[in-house]
Amino acid sequence: MCDTCGCGSEDEEVILRKPGKEGEHFHLEGEDHLHHHGEDLGQSHHHHHEAREIVVEQNVLSRNDLLAERNRGYFEARGVTAFNLVSSPGAGKTSLLEQTIRDLKEEKKFFVIEGDQQTMHDAERIDATGVPVIQINTGNGCHLDARMIHTAVKEMDIPEGAVLMIENVGNLVCPSLFDLGEHKRVVVISVPEGDDKPVKYPTMFRSSHLCIINKTDLLPYVDFDLEKVREYARQVNPEIEILELSVKTGEGMDRWYQWLRENS
Amino acid sequence: MHELSIAMSIVDLAEEYAAKEEAQRVLEMEIEVGELSGVVTEALDFAMEEAVAGTLCEKARWKIIPIPGEVRCRACGHVFPSDSLFSDCPRCGQAGVELVRGNEMRLRSILVE
Ligand SMILES: Nc1nc2c(ncn2[C@@H]2O[C@H](COP(=O)(O)OP(=O)(O)OP(=O)(O)O)[C@@H](O)[C@H]2O)c(=O)[nH]1
Ligand SMILES: [Mg+2]
Ligand SMILES: [Zn+2]
Ligand SMILES: [Zn+2]
Ligand SMILES: [Zn+2]
Ligand SMILES: [Zn+2]
Repeated sequence: MCDTCGCGSEDEEVILRKPGKEGEHFHLEGEDHLHHHGEDLGQSHHHHHEAREIVVEQNVLSRNDLLAERNRGYFEARGVTAFNLVSSPGAGKTSLLEQTIRDLKEEKKFFVIEGDQQTMHDAERIDATGVPVIQINTGNGCHLDARMIHTAVKEMDIPEGAVLMIENVGNLVCPSLFDLGEHKRVVVISVPEGDDKPVKYPTMFRSSHLCIINKTDLLPYVDFDLEKVREYARQVNPEIEILELSVKTGEGMDRWYQWLRENS
Repeated sequence: MHELSIAMSIVDLAEEYAAKEEAQRVLEMEIEVGELSGVVTEALDFAMEEAVAGTLCEKARWKIIPIPGEVRCRACGHVFPSDSLFSDCPRCGQAGVELVRGNEMRLRSILVE
């Protein structure tokens, strides 16, 4: 139970916080969350008791898709470019963001949303670079969704021309299904994970615009066939761009920066 | 438990349509799940039990209708059934296909009262 608002278990609810202001947190907006438990419905004037069929024919995630489109419209109106960074846990998303911000912050205005099930660790790392960041803790949730981004963005007041970096929860399954309203999706894989990621998680590679292969400094120590990854990734998505780099040594970072400049 | 958020979205959608029709409860849900959607049917089934608790769908039965995968060869255009996006074309032998069908995650219909 959180002490600020007495809300239920912190493990299960989605909570948003800013570094240095951990005492203040906020929750998702209720507007789109329908939880009718039948109470008020019973009072409605006409009652139908006979069973009847309703044809729905809707994509299960249509509500998220709608909100994502709204986010996209908001970003476009402000000239903000949003990137959604996805990967398995530990591929190097936060490291990539830290280094990118340090190298480009004179050139671009960065804003960051960090998604993790628990902890403020990643937000604190971004906070140390000096750019605005909001941490979203999803509790049991294994992905960010459009409503979380909508809520976070409202707290950020992102100016014209800024770049919004959204680091998704480390997971290659669910984040592939949930559009956040980003302009480009960037999937990061790292050399120690092995070269069959695109085969195991085709949905993610199908929906991404750029694939970054990180930790190339480890290539001498691991069996990892770069050509094979390229081939697999292009089989599911012939349009996907692929960049190899090492955040640790800095090798290949300039090509990533060039891609960012071309796409924001 | 990656299917829980999908299950919750299904229940939310069913509730939304039921509420629009001023229904008291949802009795049945027909859900279409494509074989290439990445959703595991057994896991979704399991997740649904959790997702319906405390909602208009609490007492509902659901039916998960699998939609078979179908892909098109990028080299020769041949369309063929497949349960993977990494299958070689049976006509020309090339790798590299695009999805035609089997990515669905739809709520087809609900029965309410
Ligand atoms: N050798 C090597 N290690 C790296 C590189 N980039 C990141 N790492 C290390 O990989 C580990 C995980 O990096 P993070 O940046 O926290 O990864 P992440 O994707 O943000 O992780 P989650 O947010 O937990 O999913 C850290 O120990 C990093 O120092 C790299 O280029 N080479
Ligand atoms: Mg991280
Ligand atoms: Zn609270
Ligand atoms: Zn998941
Ligand atoms: Zn709900
Ligand atoms: Zn063919």
